[in-house]
Amino acid sequence: MDEPLNLVLFSGTDDKLQAAAVLTAGAAALGKPVNVFLQYWALDAFRADRIGRDHGLAPEAGAAGRAAVDGLRAAGQASWAETLRQAKELGGVDIEACSLSMDLLHLAPADLDPLVDGVEGVTAFYLNAGEGQVVFI
Amino acid sequence: MTLQITQTLDARGLSCPMPIVKTAQAIKTIASGSLIEVLATDPGSVKDFAAWSRTTGNELVEQTTDGGVFRFVLRRK
Repeated sequence: MDEPLNLVLFSGTDDKLQAAAVLTAGAAALGKPVNVFLQYWALDAFRADRIGRDHGLAPEAGAAGRAAVDGLRAAGQASWAETLRQAKELGGVDIEACSLSMDLLHLAPADLDPLVDGVEGVTAFYLNAGEGQVVFI
Repeated sequence: MTLQITQTLDARGLSCPMPIVKTAQAIKTIASGSLIEVLATDPGSVKDFAAWSRTTGNELVEQTTDGGVFRFVLRRK
């Protein structure tokens, strides 16, 4: 379990971020290190002033998917941001913003939610990824 | 013989992976060799707790089901 799980988050919709948060928390609970790299619209969702907003769903969700997601939320499912907070509490989870995406979105580190540990380039991401799997969401 | 439970964690109503996440957090607060009891309703939790126990070395001492509630007793490694 020593090789890290490496998640590249690109999509900024709540369903994909929720799936990524579940994968992160599950790995953290097993003691597996997790590196999360935030690009494009996923990074936008981690802006301090937007993280709590509704980020919509992937197009394939449709109206039925929307109703299903709303149903889980109404039943008290933790948001993806809260799931990531809990995962970080377990330790071993590092969340980094892609520096190119920071430029693209004209963001400074202070614009990001405290869940984000720092800013790095793709080379640093690969170095930390080691021999672990890389998953793109 | 009655098991000496040190702590009970009520994870009923929580969806995956929160029962496991809360258990991983809670087991750190009890001494090695002590027992924690977890109640969950997540249907994936039976396989998840077995897998978590095998991977982390925290022994699954008991697993019972009552209605829709799954009960796990784990011994901290």
